[in-house]
Amino acid sequence: MHIVGYLAALGFGIAAIGSGIGVGIIVGKTIESVARQPELQGRLTSLMFLGIALTEALCFIAIAIGFIPFPSPN
Amino acid sequence: MAADDSGFVAPTIQQFFPGPILFVGTPFEMNRIMVIRMLAVIVLVVWLWLGTRNMKLVPGRFQVSVEGLLGFVRNNIAIETLGEKDGKRFLPVIMTMFFLVFATNITGPIPPLLIPGSSVIGLPLVLALIAWVLFIYAGFRKLGWTYLKNALFLPGVPKVLYILLTPLEILSTFIVRPVTLTLRLLMNMVSGHLLLALVYAASSFFLFTLLPQGNFLGLIGVGTVAFGLVYLVFEIFVAALQAYVFAFLTAIYIQLAMAEEH
Repeated sequence: MHIVGYLAALGFGIAAIGSGIGVGIIVGKTIESVARQPELQGRLTSLMFLGIALTEALCFIAIAIGFIPFPSPN
Repeated sequence: MAADDSGFVAPTIQQFFPGPILFVGTPFEMNRIMVIRMLAVIVLVVWLWLGTRNMKLVPGRFQVSVEGLLGFVRNNIAIETLGEKDGKRFLPVIMTMFFLVFATNITGPIPPLLIPGSSVIGLPLVLALIAWVLFIYAGFRKLGWTYLKNALFLPGVPKVLYILLTPLEILSTFIVRPVTLTLRLLMNMVSGHLLLALVYAASSFFLFTLLPQGNFLGLIGVGTVAFGLVYLVFEIFVAALQAYVFAFLTAIYIQLAMAEEH
């Protein structure tokens, strides 16, 4: 049995581990802070989205790499 | 189309580049996705026109739905991030982005259309470039050349570190921001559509190819149909979420550009 696929998919999987952990930490910490100071929720939400946007950027770059047509070696 | 000997046909990236169907042979030839985009925009304009044409002080149910969404974008996105004055100043662009992105996203889960208008790079790229020009404009308008100084040279850092930090700031502010705005919307829609198409193709293969052959593995099809329905609801949620995130990030970038100090 042999498995055929794209190496880019593997690369995306590895990138997703990092951004997944990062986004999890950001959202978790935001929930924690809102629980402590509910009146700051608006400000914290915008900071949270900014943090998520920066963190998951790597993940989206990793998906996009798979679609770049690299010259094949043979 | 990738087909192996079992007869299962998986969706490929070619789905996003269908042949032209309207005005074929002229420079204006349009494929299915462009027609869907036009349709989404027409529906959006008609919906907004009908909802705001004959406003009553005591709104009916339809007017409430339109007003609710408009109010959500105004209060929870524009005014909350930018403040009362600047929020109202940049409201038209942010409102346009939210509704345009939402209208073109929502065509993904709707049955006869079944492909998001924003799943080809043109639309997200143009919207991201508008956002990019807008936040640079906002920064220069408010602070003049101080904006570039603020954006490139972080205050309170030893001067030697600028050799390292300034290129990073250029990269993250002026290059990564528009690229990620584009890619976030595009890749969410592309992967969402491919997954939905894969689930549909698998369901049809299990239920209509394997099961009539007397192969009981075809009963997996019941599971894929159920998963497909759940995923359809999730796609509707993603369509709204991406519109929110796009408009919200544009507002945040404008706000960051106009902030006096980092």
